[in-house]
Amino acid sequence: MPAPIRGKLYAPGRARIVLGISRSRRVAAPDSVAAGVGQYVGAMGHRIVILGGGIAGTLAANRLRRLYGDGAEIVVVDRDDRHVYQPGLLYVPFGLTEPEEIVRPRAKFLADGIELRLGEVERVEAGDNTVFLADGTSLPYDVLVVATGASLLPEETEGMTGPGWNESVFTFYTLDGAVALRDALRSFEGGRLVVNMIDMPIKCPVAPLEFCFLADWFLHERGVRENVELTFVTPLDGAFTKPIASRMLAGLLQEKGVALETEFATGRVDGETGRLISWDERELPFDLLVTIPLHGGPEFVARSPGLGDELGFVVCDQHTLQAGVAPNVFAIGDATNVPTSKAGSVAHFQGETLVENVQRFFDAEPLVGSFDGHTNCFIETGFHKALLIDFSYDVEPLPGRFPRPHLGPLPLLKESRLNHRAKLLFPWVYWNVLLRGRELPGIGAQLQMAGKTAPTAKGEPE
Amino acid sequence: MTTTTISGTTLEVDAEGFLLDPGQWNEQVAEAIARERGIERLTDRHWLVITFMRKTFLETGSAPSIRTLGKASGVEVKELYQLFPKGPAKLAALIGGIPKPRGCI
Repeated sequence: MPAPIRGKLYAPGRARIVLGISRSRRVAAPDSVAAGVGQYVGAMGHRIVILGGGIAGTLAANRLRRLYGDGAEIVVVDRDDRHVYQPGLLYVPFGLTEPEEIVRPRAKFLADGIELRLGEVERVEAGDNTVFLADGTSLPYDVLVVATGASLLPEETEGMTGPGWNESVFTFYTLDGAVALRDALRSFEGGRLVVNMIDMPIKCPVAPLEFCFLADWFLHERGVRENVELTFVTPLDGAFTKPIASRMLAGLLQEKGVALETEFATGRVDGETGRLISWDERELPFDLLVTIPLHGGPEFVARSPGLGDELGFVVCDQHTLQAGVAPNVFAIGDATNVPTSKAGSVAHFQGETLVENVQRFFDAEPLVGSFDGHTNCFIETGFHKALLIDFSYDVEPLPGRFPRPHLGPLPLLKESRLNHRAKLLFPWVYWNVLLRGRELPGIGAQLQMAGKTAPTAKGEPE
Repeated sequence: MTTTTISGTTLEVDAEGFLLDPGQWNEQVAEAIARERGIERLTDRHWLVITFMRKTFLETGSAPSIRTLGKASGVEVKELYQLFPKGPAKLAALIGGIPKPRGCI
């Protein structure tokens, strides 16, 4: 069962108010909130269709199954039965993980009683409460959860998939790409290695930085580091999106001899001559390019009236996760347009809010706006160390201790061997705790300030 | 907070010159800011972008990114860089009298 409600009560058109009641003492739904839900109430079944069987869809399905048992029919739709542990992709190019270790069948992680339907989604017609699949079948739903993640769009950048693609131009954001890059890095003897991201948003915004840190370590171990000019190229005005962490990470890049090129908006890639060219005609030469392509929502979102924004991400309320297109549609994970990182930890922290609100929708009660943008990421920094950052919509990554205030044991925004060891345990946690839709002991869905050092008036932590 | 005087009007701006109150903006202000930043004349193509930016900001509360502008404003990214050199989203927001686009998370 979800934890007692200690979130904010959210009602469209009203201010959010803090609520601290337990499940047994619910307030009745105000009329204004129940309105719009009413048309669905009555002979309503509990048929829940979840699009996407990655981390977000899987944990949502398992949490809903635990809540409803046989009281709801739950169908998960995905195009294949291969669940990729995406955090593992970073390790493949350095030979630290074998590709087959990070792929498992989706079905194995869905609780008994959940149906996995393999098929390509054609479109969602929210007005008809129906999902249409490419094979012509239709899936009617009472509640729809969109958890289809983000797609890579390398072809949107001129030249990226042209000459040199997977020869001198690589991405490790796909399994095939990560394997091709591994083979190239093994025989890379020296030259200009450029790590580049085209534009935000991307999945795991710290991954390009981690790639730089691990490449520094890997090339050092191979004895060729001094022959390599390593550069991180970003459209942002700093190493990361949040100021304190950005300065800290820029310092680490400098320490490791990684050059930082900011505000470079890549317009095209010339794989033949090995040049990155910005929209304002600046040029950066490379011998080996590791790029993070543009991201967007999956194509079916664009074909579904009213569902997505111009990039194909599902438009939804950033606190309740209810989609703008209809009150019985929700979104979770990378598929949403909410302004926080696209990361597995976000899907995990959203899980509680999502399930609570699906239940409240069925019960015609006001939704809770309890999701606060909470994100938690390890940042591998090479040489058996890692950083840990913990942040939300309102709070940027700060120094401190995690998960227990002051006790930790993990230090925040600081390199440590302990963080690296915790990260090594993470695949087990992912497959056995997060996907099952279980809670991590001592780590709440909402960000906690206790144990964090708030910045002073000058903007620096004390 | 600082103030600046443009075409006879005193405007409240942030440290980078972005207007704090979009309501203080008008077309003369836009033209004056553009000239200050090296754009001699605002063409119909400039106005297409500026109008789109203001409309999006006033409707959604956040200024669109370059990628969104390229997809939805009617002007492609390459031309955006010709119209508003260096940082199209930033410069168009500045001229359009809305806050600096956050752009990213």
